[in-house]
Amino acid sequence: MCPNMRAFFLVFCVAGTREIKQVELTGADIFVRCLAEQGVEHLFGYPGGAVLPIYDALYQQDKVQHVLVRHEQAATHAADGYARSTGKPGVVLVTSGPGATNAVTGIATAYMDSIPLVVFTGQVPTALIGNDAFQEVDSVGITRPCVKHNFLVKDVKDLATTIKKAFYVATTGRPGPVVVDIPKDVSVARAEYHYPKRITMRSYNPVSKGHPRQIKKAVDLMLTAKRPIIYTGGGVILSNASRALTELTRLLEFPITNTLMGLGAYPATDRQFLGMLGMHGTYEANMGMHNCDVLIAIGARFDDRVTGNVEKFCPTAKIIHVDIDPASISKNVKVDVPIVGPVDQVLKEMIKVFKESEAKPDAAALKAWWKQIEEWRGMDCLKYDRDSERIKPQHVLETLYKVTKGDAFVTSDVGQHQMWAAQFYKFDKPNRWINSGGLGTMGFGLPAAMGVQFAHPGEQVACVTGEGSIQMCIQELSTCRQYGLPLKIINLNNGYLGMVRQWQQFFYDGRYAMSYMESLPDFVKLAEAYGHVGMQITRPEDVEPALKKAFKMKDKLVFMDFLTDPAENVYPMIPAGAGQNEMILV
Amino acid sequence: MRHIISILMENEAGALSRVAGLFSARGYNIESLTVAPTEDESLSRMTLVTNGTDEVIEQITKQLNKLIDVVKLMDMHEGPHIEREMMLIKVRAMGPAREEVKRLSDIFRGRIIDVTETMFTIEVTGTSSKLDAFVEAIAEADIIEVVRSGVTGIARGEKALRV
Repeated sequence: MCPNMRAFFLVFCVAGTREIKQVELTGADIFVRCLAEQGVEHLFGYPGGAVLPIYDALYQQDKVQHVLVRHEQAATHAADGYARSTGKPGVVLVTSGPGATNAVTGIATAYMDSIPLVVFTGQVPTALIGNDAFQEVDSVGITRPCVKHNFLVKDVKDLATTIKKAFYVATTGRPGPVVVDIPKDVSVARAEYHYPKRITMRSYNPVSKGHPRQIKKAVDLMLTAKRPIIYTGGGVILSNASRALTELTRLLEFPITNTLMGLGAYPATDRQFLGMLGMHGTYEANMGMHNCDVLIAIGARFDDRVTGNVEKFCPTAKIIHVDIDPASISKNVKVDVPIVGPVDQVLKEMIKVFKESEAKPDAAALKAWWKQIEEWRGMDCLKYDRDSERIKPQHVLETLYKVTKGDAFVTSDVGQHQMWAAQFYKFDKPNRWINSGGLGTMGFGLPAAMGVQFAHPGEQVACVTGEGSIQMCIQELSTCRQYGLPLKIINLNNGYLGMVRQWQQFFYDGRYAMSYMESLPDFVKLAEAYGHVGMQITRPEDVEPALKKAFKMKDKLVFMDFLTDPAENVYPMIPAGAGQNEMILV
Repeated sequence: MRHIISILMENEAGALSRVAGLFSARGYNIESLTVAPTEDESLSRMTLVTNGTDEVIEQITKQLNKLIDVVKLMDMHEGPHIEREMMLIKVRAMGPAREEVKRLSDIFRGRIIDVTETMFTIEVTGTSSKLDAFVEAIAEADIIEVVRSGVTGIARGEKALRV
């Protein structure tokens, strides 16, 4: 049956001699039509009672592909991975009650990293709201602190407009997740269908341009700099401003460092790139920050993992801060030249102002600054024992970089492996490094990788994980099987919750409380049980051949269980509360 | 420092909880909060009294502005403004105390709006500090109940908070 046939329901109202023809659709059909019109290709979700009418409508169309996950948390992470790798909003559909609460972790993950998601939650019928009905939770209330905005649709007449608003809010300004709660009776009720092309909201007008005078002021300050550094975050990637950032940085010949969220915004293999900064950032990046006289912060939010002790942060610097969100400016660190605006537009304007300006950066001062930076770089702070008889996790990541020619999409979970991936996989392009930076959500990696693979079917997608994190969403191996997702899972298995163990070693006198992972499954058999390929790699010399072999299997998910050195730590490290110049080196 | 922040927001269910949630999540203080619809029924006006350093107040106004339901806001302390709060206070008033309570109420331009043989209910309007002063002054009497409306405020002169 043609999907649209059923969707069109004609109501004939006969009033006297007049006949009024009106096209009415059910809320569920309106929902599906809106998504199609919005250009949504993938909808990650899980059915349940309150969304049955919507699933019924989905069943009868072929425009929006529904991806069935195995847990609602994975639906949100998959949509998140999809969004991070494409710049398009990720879309989720879950049922009421536990469906919504399971999705919360993924919503909060997206919120902390400003990722555009639109999450539809089913709700009990409006008449039952507040009655403690079966599978009822106050989804709007529960998600309120971790969404950019949320809506409860009480009338089917408002459904299409609300969906439009949700996409508009999620994707503009500083992006973020938006939840739309749809009671079951709203999905069943009928209304005229009209999806607005454009929408305006009097209470929401994100800035579209940075202030020209502030931009001029910033460029002037940059030109006086003797020890400048550019520090950029996820905002550059979200604003699609990588090209402009690269151009400006090269014009100025300033050193640049990226946050964990900002990796890939500037080519990591470039000489001007100092690596990641922050708690596990490089020596040269952190020392550069600490000693700079002009700090150019772009689309970054002075997170505590970046600043360390704010009292000791960049003590000699004048600070320029470009951000779309006024609330990010002077939140943690007071800045001298604030610029509120879209990063891409502001950077382009800076390039223009710079090119028009007569002045040039102070070449002599920059030369001396670079000399100092090269000295710091010479410390080789990421060195590790390359002759070890055990597999070093760093070696696995370096080899992954080599085997994938630096061109894979890499998702990660949270912990040591995440830091090593950030340090050792050199991202030359944006949207390739997909990780939960703000919330630090274990279990993110595998479902996020699924979302990435759906968005980029032919590409290499690797999930770097650990034996702790992978078990938090391991059930998604089943989803991967169902949809034939040829992910490559790099499990850095050291038998410990490595980052917890590292902190216990450093700060709790080696009392390893609950950081030891006992009773691990046989990951090879587990992968096989799900219909995938499993490998276990125990010797350093087998790392490269195994990775090569795995990436040659283009249509298979390969789960690589690397048994790595349990004693390895992530260096350098700025202990919590210390200054950026107070790093623990190897 | 104490600030009065006036907020025009969409008259939507849950708008109040967004503001209240923001304050609790970020650890800001709320001294008082009042909200009611305006002449435009699609808008509510909230008046919120908070305190904090200049940096904190700056963050509060930025975070409030970030809420999608907030249409516009004004920190009353940016210019001259008028502040009013109303209080209803019920005191036991018998014998000689009756006259004393009445006298005090007159001094504060209060109005006695309900009388029984043993009780006075007094309405007093003014700034919060005036109401505080009245409560303090009348403390000798037996205070049974105090109800305060929370602060409302409006800018003086031409300046206005409107869409």
